[in-house]
Amino acid sequence: MAELRQPIESGAPDPKPYMHPVMVKNYGKWVFHSHPRPGVLYHRAESGDEIWTVKAGTQRQMDTYTIRKLAEIADKYGDGYVRFTARSNIEYMVADEKKVEPLIKALTEAGFPVGGTANSVSMVAHTQGWLHCDIPGTDASGVVKALMDELYDEFVKCEMPNRVKLSTSCCEINCGGQADIAVIVQHTKPPKINHDLVANVCERPAVVARCPVAAIRPALVNGKPSLEVDEKKCICCGACYPPCPPMQINDPEHSKIAIWVGGKNSNARSRPTFHKLVAAGLPNNAPRWPEVSAVVKKILSVYKADARPWERMRDWIDRIGWPRFFEKTGLPFTKYHIDDWKGHRVTFNASAHIRF
Amino acid sequence: MAKQMIETPLLDQLESGPWPSFVTGLKRLAKEKDMMVDLLGQLETSYRTRKGYWKGGTVGVFGYGGGVIPRFTELKDENDQPLFPDAAEFHTLRVQPPAGMHYTSDLLRWMCDVWDKYGSGLIAFHGQSGDIMFQGIKTENVQAAFDELNEHGFDLGGAGPALRTSMSCVGAARCEMSCYDEARALRTVINNNLDDMHRPALPYKFKFKFSGCPNDCVNAIQRSDMATIGTWRDNIQVNEGLVQEWVAKHGKTELVNQVINMCPTKAIRLVPKDQVAKGDGYSVAAVDAQDCMEIDNHNCVRCMHCLNVIPGGLLPGKDKGVTILVGGKGVLKIGATMGTVIIPFMKLESDEDFEKLNELARNILDFFAENALEHERTGEMIDRIGLVNFLEGIGLDVDPHMILEPRSNPYVRTDGWDEEVAKWNERKAAAKAG
Ligand code: HEM
Ligand code: SF4
Ligand code: SF4
Ligand code: SF4
Ligand code: SF4
Repeated sequence: MAELRQPIESGAPDPKPYMHPVMVKNYGKWVFHSHPRPGVLYHRAESGDEIWTVKAGTQRQMDTYTIRKLAEIADKYGDGYVRFTARSNIEYMVADEKKVEPLIKALTEAGFPVGGTANSVSMVAHTQGWLHCDIPGTDASGVVKALMDELYDEFVKCEMPNRVKLSTSCCEINCGGQADIAVIVQHTKPPKINHDLVANVCERPAVVARCPVAAIRPALVNGKPSLEVDEKKCICCGACYPPCPPMQINDPEHSKIAIWVGGKNSNARSRPTFHKLVAAGLPNNAPRWPEVSAVVKKILSVYKADARPWERMRDWIDRIGWPRFFEKTGLPFTKYHIDDWKGHRVTFNASAHIRF
Repeated sequence: MAKQMIETPLLDQLESGPWPSFVTGLKRLAKEKDMMVDLLGQLETSYRTRKGYWKGGTVGVFGYGGGVIPRFTELKDENDQPLFPDAAEFHTLRVQPPAGMHYTSDLLRWMCDVWDKYGSGLIAFHGQSGDIMFQGIKTENVQAAFDELNEHGFDLGGAGPALRTSMSCVGAARCEMSCYDEARALRTVINNNLDDMHRPALPYKFKFKFSGCPNDCVNAIQRSDMATIGTWRDNIQVNEGLVQEWVAKHGKTELVNQVINMCPTKAIRLVPKDQVAKGDGYSVAAVDAQDCMEIDNHNCVRCMHCLNVIPGGLLPGKDKGVTILVGGKGVLKIGATMGTVIIPFMKLESDEDFEKLNELARNILDFFAENALEHERTGEMIDRIGLVNFLEGIGLDVDPHMILEPRSNPYVRTDGWDEEVAKWNERKAAAKAG
């Protein structure tokens, strides 16, 4: 066997060699920005130097042809420098305003929507799904493609009261993260256990330890060491599935999709908030998940019409109250919306503050 | 190459519509790569049966214990042979991007060359933890692909119970809200602790994230075990000309409704010019001939709202630094938790400041490594042992900025009260003398 080379433990690379020279020169010395039009940002530095950023949506999961195309556009119409945002949008930085319009045209013609800035609905932060995860309940990329097709106009225009961040996750672990609107798989039945495999595949104490409600016990099934689940206790979270794939939680019919709203990462105005469950039981309806898009669009249209400027989803709901949120969106309020996990008491209304 | 394309009627439905289609990309790759033909076959099966078919395993590179996500197909026929053999191995390399995710077109093209040569040609920019995800490679090619990436300055990221790839916002590179050098902070903390990334031996994952200001564009408070958030201690800086330009354009009503009324602590007031507060702690901008906008900086919580609405007119102060929060994480196992303030303010400018940040990070990692139970995140460990024990463990003093309100129950033994009061007084005296 050939001799193996020792890795060079270089870690996170220095960004400066890949950064637009105007940004390197004015690093830490910016003083102003504006938003000349959807998809474009303007920044000015203390020195008077200026830079324009054109932002475009991508499919995140990109083939090399697509990436080469993006690089070619950077060379032909930009200054050769790009960056990606946390939501997989690509940003082209140019030092000359005259390059902005041709760049927008080139991106649009190549099929990359220009937008995602300021008060738009930006691209959905999402996860791996059937394409690459070993525990997915759905395909995040597919849900996102279907959703962004429907929200295209809201991406390229900036007509929301404030920015809207979406996320999609293909299991309850929620690698997609907190968002103004989050689309997340929600299992509704306890795992079906393939007892023949447990003994070979799973470290039983580790699986028992993973369960948040202590619903799993070691058991002998057909004379073989296996596990059993107290189905009355089980909250169908799926946490036992990653360490023990025979605990099959994914179910073509009973793994549903839930919608959560009001997560806010910024500290602006209110402190950061977690998103809250508003709808569940939506079918995992590949390949275009129309029921999910319908609920998301409904929530967005009510928010757009009713929220005041600068109110994020959560600020708006804080002003109008949750009862009115359910009333205005037409979403049913059920016993499942009332929290019963640790710390649930702080979510109750311990006051006579009622809106009529 | 020659492999027959597989019919994908379900996936084909994701090729229509205005948003860029990943399916179209997969199909484009399938024209050249048998692996992608079979990948499409497996994915189409998932769309039909609504089930995933990957399982993990162990694949890695020489010298490292993590950073490669192994994927083997579980779609097998009755003889245990893969139904889609060319995609039977479809691993991912998690690669750390330049901090802030900056690329030249040449760098992107070079990455494409590497992945066309060794892998499937499918790359995600980026994973939710910030890695470039080079997806789809057979076991036999993993080492060569890594060697080529690594020779050119790129290194694997984290996976498993390890330090994970980090993210920082665009910050100082292009944002006037930035309060420190985010990229330097990221590289200081991550690159000094790479052993914990490359050789997973922590109780569970650990994430650092770096946002240049409280807008927290990388979700550090919600999504990282240690969040470093830029802030400032002195007065908001005012560019009166830009404030007036804003008011001239938007009107005073919008100033009242969209800026002043939305300040969470009512720290901003509109006051007639002759009644403006004097003394330290106030930022003042005349908005027209009659009135001034007056900001009471001691009651500003650095939420960023007014700075966001009047960009350039209001800017972070000059005495910049960072707030550190610890314990943010996702759902498993106790439910999502946010970071808790453990350091209300520290400077982050000089070499020594960065070294201090690095020591703090190391100290927290060490405490986590020694005290967390297996598969327990930092936030869960703090929940279990209590914030005070955590602070004592890492040698930090309590501070009222760490809480929203003091305890509301009497269930506590207070027999150490006098000593604790003495400590507090000592600290106060030392700070005064300081
Ligand atoms: C077992 C299989 C799992 C797979 C395949 C998986 C996959 C992933 C992937 C691909 C990412 C993006 C990574 C990157 O940027 O490089 C990610 C991020 C994430 N994962 Fe997982 N994950 C798994 C388990 C978990 C578990 C058990 C948890 C929580 C307890 C979790 C929580 C998260 C979170 C919160 C993120 C986003 C992280 C961030 O913003 O930093 N994942 N996951
Ligand atoms: S959300 Fe769940 S299924 Fe999706 S990538 Fe994360 S762990 Fe996998
Ligand atoms: S699904 Fe969750 S609650 Fe149910 S047994 Fe598994 S770990 Fe426990
Ligand atoms: S977190 Fe603050 S400094 Fe960083 S990019 Fe966002 S607004 Fe700018
Ligand atoms: S930054 Fe300060 S003054 Fe401005 S709105 Fe927020 S709390 Fe109020």
